[in-house]
Amino acid sequence: MIIETKTSQAIQSNTPTIMTANNVDVFYGKKQAICNVSLNIPENQITALIGPSGCGKSTFLRCFNRMNDTINICRVSGEIKFSGQNIYDPKVDVVALRSRIGMVFQKANPFPKSIFENVAYGPRIHGLAESKDELESIVIRSLKRAGLYDEVSDRLSEPGTSLSGGQQQRLCIARAIAVDPQVILMDEPCSALDPIATAIIEDLMETMKEKYTIVIVTHSMQQAARVSQQTAFFHLGELVESGDTQAIFTNPIQERTQNYISGRIG
Amino acid sequence: MPNYILSTSRQMAKRHAREKRFKWYGRIAIFISIAFLVFMFSAIIFRGASAFQQTKISLDINFSESILDPSSSRDPDLLKRANYKPIVVESLLSVIPEVTERRDRNRLYKLLSTGAVFDLGEKVADDPSILGKSKKVWLLASSEVDLFMKGKIDPNVSEDLRRLKDRDIEWIEILKSEGRIKKKFNKTLFTNGDSREPEMAGILGAAIGSFFSLLVCFLIAFPLGILTAVYLEEYAKKNFITDFIEVNINNLAAVPSIVFGLLGLSIFLNFFHLPRSTPLVGGIVLALMTLPTIIIASRSILRSIPQSIRDAALGLGASKTQTTFHHVVPLAMPGMLTGTILGMARALGETAPLLMIGMVAFIVDIPKGVTDVATSLPVQIFLWADSPEKGFVERTSAAIMVLLAFLILMNICAVYLRKRLERRW
Repeated sequence: MIIETKTSQAIQSNTPTIMTANNVDVFYGKKQAICNVSLNIPENQITALIGPSGCGKSTFLRCFNRMNDTINICRVSGEIKFSGQNIYDPKVDVVALRSRIGMVFQKANPFPKSIFENVAYGPRIHGLAESKDELESIVIRSLKRAGLYDEVSDRLSEPGTSLSGGQQQRLCIARAIAVDPQVILMDEPCSALDPIATAIIEDLMETMKEKYTIVIVTHSMQQAARVSQQTAFFHLGELVESGDTQAIFTNPIQERTQNYISGRIG
Repeated sequence: MPNYILSTSRQMAKRHAREKRFKWYGRIAIFISIAFLVFMFSAIIFRGASAFQQTKISLDINFSESILDPSSSRDPDLLKRANYKPIVVESLLSVIPEVTERRDRNRLYKLLSTGAVFDLGEKVADDPSILGKSKKVWLLASSEVDLFMKGKIDPNVSEDLRRLKDRDIEWIEILKSEGRIKKKFNKTLFTNGDSREPEMAGILGAAIGSFFSLLVCFLIAFPLGILTAVYLEEYAKKNFITDFIEVNINNLAAVPSIVFGLLGLSIFLNFFHLPRSTPLVGGIVLALMTLPTIIIASRSILRSIPQSIRDAALGLGASKTQTTFHHVVPLAMPGMLTGTILGMARALGETAPLLMIGMVAFIVDIPKGVTDVATSLPVQIFLWADSPEKGFVERTSAAIMVLLAFLILMNICAVYLRKRLERRW
């Protein structure tokens, strides 16, 4: 069955891959959450991970910047390559890795500090700005890229938590952009937002993909269809099928994928 | 039955009654606890309020140089130790001239506190130019006179049963009629150390002793407690060893405080030979006692900081230590401080462990550092409550009031900090 899952991947061969997962297994204690998953992430494209609740798509996403390290009982095996290097190699510095691969979480989690401080924190700890002016320009540039600057330009010193839900999520995107990563992982970034805020963020992702590679976990199949170029369907910890988004949604190869997108499972 | 749901059935009535009953149980419980509190406070205030006043007798003292400083040396030490009794008796006789016998003169002199001459000595030593002049001075009355003035000695009781005789009362009435005896604010209570004489006893020594003990306690318990809590909560892996440590911290919080006193006695005094009866040892013992409280409070605060804040920082590439000290600890700090202050408030009221390490001694001097012998406020209360002199009864209550005031102040600080620094997300 696993051999079958790779059938539609050939379509992606024309774009360079930035990350490659090979035979990844994830265990929570004794329970296996991810089972032998292999997936290529094409550069400057949006890859959507879809599947029913509890299928392991978030867990798999968190493998890409080793956020699972923070969970005590979690164990990851297999390899994930980022620009040719296995990120699970003991020599890899997790802190450096996460500055290259940023993350936006399901629930907007701005620091309880000012809007400016929220965005400035990343560049500050990584020493990206030599002077105050430089830091300020990084913050403004990041806020602009996240499409938030016009809304907050006159109140940068107000707490980030005072913004609306959608604005908070874009603030988190700006914060992730500020350290200039190559890949941005998004874990259901719109699940707590209303349709208008969701549309704004989806538009934003469309422009962001010119500069960054995005991997997004989403509950909404419509969202995956709208924003992504590649889609991977997870079920019960396995990667059932992956490939070109259009192909997956119009002409899935696996029966389980067919059942999921037509609403019969999940 | 379209109206069924709008009408009260028997079952609904029962439910409402139960709800009402429960509300009243709560109100009664609150009422009883407030009644106890009011009873306790009013008893203490009723007994202790009079201790904030003190009887003083004003006399026209002739600072005769030939008696006080016959050699004209002006040496402050000599002036302090000079014989003031003759000049005091002389001025007393000028007010009450009918006393002639030597025994009666001594009795008259006893109206004043034995500390009165020390006060005079201090006065003259401070300003020797007063010698040779005559001046009106307010002198401390003896405790018996003080109690009489406060209406705590009943003159109708048989004379044999009171130390203040009818003669003394006559004299007091004379002084009263001349306006020479008055109740004034009791400064002594706040400026003196302990004393065998109630009218000269104060709580300053004990308060400073408490302050130094708490200072040592804070300097040890706060950093140790916070670091332990941060390490256990943020860094340590959950395994057998950390579980074991956690269980033991909880056990330690439940250990009776006197056991910590015994520990201090056997380890700090007998093994390390640290100075006995000092705030240094007292502070260390109190720190050991407060440590579990601080650790438990800090850990629960750290646990309440949302994981999303840690994720946000880690996701940006902050290291574990940066995440902890840039975000988690600052957010937890108000709660940690609150826990610490509450722990310290408990330590301030603690008596038993201090008894074991000798802070229960009778100490007149006011401590100047953590290695000076000292006592503490609750121990002072314990000592005074144990004293047979009647004048200590009101002073005990007054000391309790001062201790309570400090405790309430600390708790208000804790509440204020929590309100002020609390952040929402």
